[in-house]
Amino acid sequence: MPERPQIVFAGTNGGAVTKIEDYEAAGGFAPLRKARAMAPDDVIAELEGSGLRGRGGAFFPTGRKWAFVPKPDQLAKPHYLVVNADESEPGTFKDREIMLRVPFRFLEGCLIAAHAIASQHVFVYIRGEYEEEFEMLRDSLEAMHAADLLGGVTVVLHRGAGAYICGEETALLESLEGKRGQPRTKPPFPAVAGLYAAPTAVNNVESITTVTSVLELGATEYAKLGVENSTGTRVFSLSGDVVNPGNYELPHGITLRELIYDVGGGVPGGRELKAIIPGGSSTSVLTGAEIDTPLDFTSLVQVGSSIGSAGVIVIDERCCMVQLGIRVSQFYEHESCGKCTPCRVGTRWLTQILQKIEGGRASQPDLDLLLSVCDRIMGKCLCPLGDSDAIAVLSYVDRFRDEYQAHIDLGRCPFDGESSLEGLLAPSAMHEHHRATAAASA
Amino acid sequence: MQFRVSKLIAEIGRMRKQYPDSTSAVLPALRLAQEEHDGWLSPEALREVADALDLTPAYCVSIASFYDQFHLEPVGQTVVEVCTNVSCALAGAQQVVEAFEHELGIDAGSTSEDGAFTLGTIECLGGCGWATVVAIDNRHRLRVQADDVPAIVEELRGA
Repeated sequence: MPERPQIVFAGTNGGAVTKIEDYEAAGGFAPLRKARAMAPDDVIAELEGSGLRGRGGAFFPTGRKWAFVPKPDQLAKPHYLVVNADESEPGTFKDREIMLRVPFRFLEGCLIAAHAIASQHVFVYIRGEYEEEFEMLRDSLEAMHAADLLGGVTVVLHRGAGAYICGEETALLESLEGKRGQPRTKPPFPAVAGLYAAPTAVNNVESITTVTSVLELGATEYAKLGVENSTGTRVFSLSGDVVNPGNYELPHGITLRELIYDVGGGVPGGRELKAIIPGGSSTSVLTGAEIDTPLDFTSLVQVGSSIGSAGVIVIDERCCMVQLGIRVSQFYEHESCGKCTPCRVGTRWLTQILQKIEGGRASQPDLDLLLSVCDRIMGKCLCPLGDSDAIAVLSYVDRFRDEYQAHIDLGRCPFDGESSLEGLLAPSAMHEHHRATAAASA
Repeated sequence: MQFRVSKLIAEIGRMRKQYPDSTSAVLPALRLAQEEHDGWLSPEALREVADALDLTPAYCVSIASFYDQFHLEPVGQTVVEVCTNVSCALAGAQQVVEAFEHELGIDAGSTSEDGAFTLGTIECLGGCGWATVVAIDNRHRLRVQADDVPAIVEELRGA
């Protein structure tokens, strides 16, 4: 069993710390006092020294991101901290557990980060579907306000309303400004021109919560955890065909085998492990044979994937990989904001070609077309949403080419209706659209 | 009625003060208006939000139509939404949807004739490790299996 240091979830003993007295008694808010006694640049240096990198998916160094935000004397505008609590990457469900179990550590991190970038204004953009989490933050914030801990900083909890794209930072800022959540061109980056065109740092919930821990432990101690390039712990979300799904905080660098088998109890019913999506549905799939890959930034890049949001989806032998492609592609098609043509049209093409393959109606050129459409999406849009679909689908074909080929050669799905994803359902918002499409092509 | 409208406008007025630019309050204002208007954004609801924020109703529609949680058509008194993304689908979300369709007597994506229920399938609710996730009026039920559905529906009918 791998070691399981508790950094993000420290002091919870498997439960939650939701009373401000309990949190304070266990040393809470000492990191905030420590940070406020430091110059903002020293707080940033501490973060840089810890090696903490963004937990939302892009893995950008947190301290460096803050260093890009100009100082108030360099740019005389309000400065903003925006926290991305719009968790919606399929396979990822860690931020909600963080908000529910350690709300004060999270909010304390917001105040430390605000100090580091000299901001008086914090906006937490929380997913609209997270009702309980919103209430938890609202009540915790109230308690901190009553305890006079905010130090003149206003913290606004802003609820989203159901749009995956708003997890992309510039779309999130648009949405926060009261617009449709469509990504902006970059540059300028939010650090220079973000919310209301003012300097803005955008950080993920887990990153912000870890900031508190870094101040508490000190950069050197924190950096001893994990591996080179990927310091510290990570809250891995484990789901799919696994005995004990759930969130597990573990040091970076543990292997998929340790996570799935030692911690997660393995695949149910002794079935064979077929595939692993290592970092949310936007990352390249791995085969069961790649189970000894360590879960850190560099190791996953080396096998052609990404640690992403650390949402690990386990898939056993019963799953048809063409059906997996359809369901993943439907997701991106549904969530495409429509601004860039390659994404808006390409994600729909991918779904349709995959449905043709699954339905046994495809011939060899369709497989070539599928790959060609992926190529026409990749790198041609303002944000990574379309790319994510293409990356996922390309990886399914790359790693499971024989299975895709078999659909074409046999003229039917080789699973004969026995796949674990059989009868998969798109969101009902897409039903009518697809019925109309089917009728038109009949 | 007049009292309700003035209450909504007062509440939106409080919301807009939280932001440097009042347009930022459009999402929370639409959410509140939807709650006050039987779960959907009727033309009157959109007009009220527009008036309270110095926007046009057309602008409010352009926003509401972008976000999945806003409804521009009437919905049932209880909205049941089943996540059917990959992790939930691997855990049997399809069977959960079928069970709800059977128990409620409606297809996913529709509202019952008596206006009691709307059933939908939706994208990832962020509960992949507790599949299948079912949102009932935005409150999440975790680890729902097809066998659990008759009791859930009975409970909802009784409520």
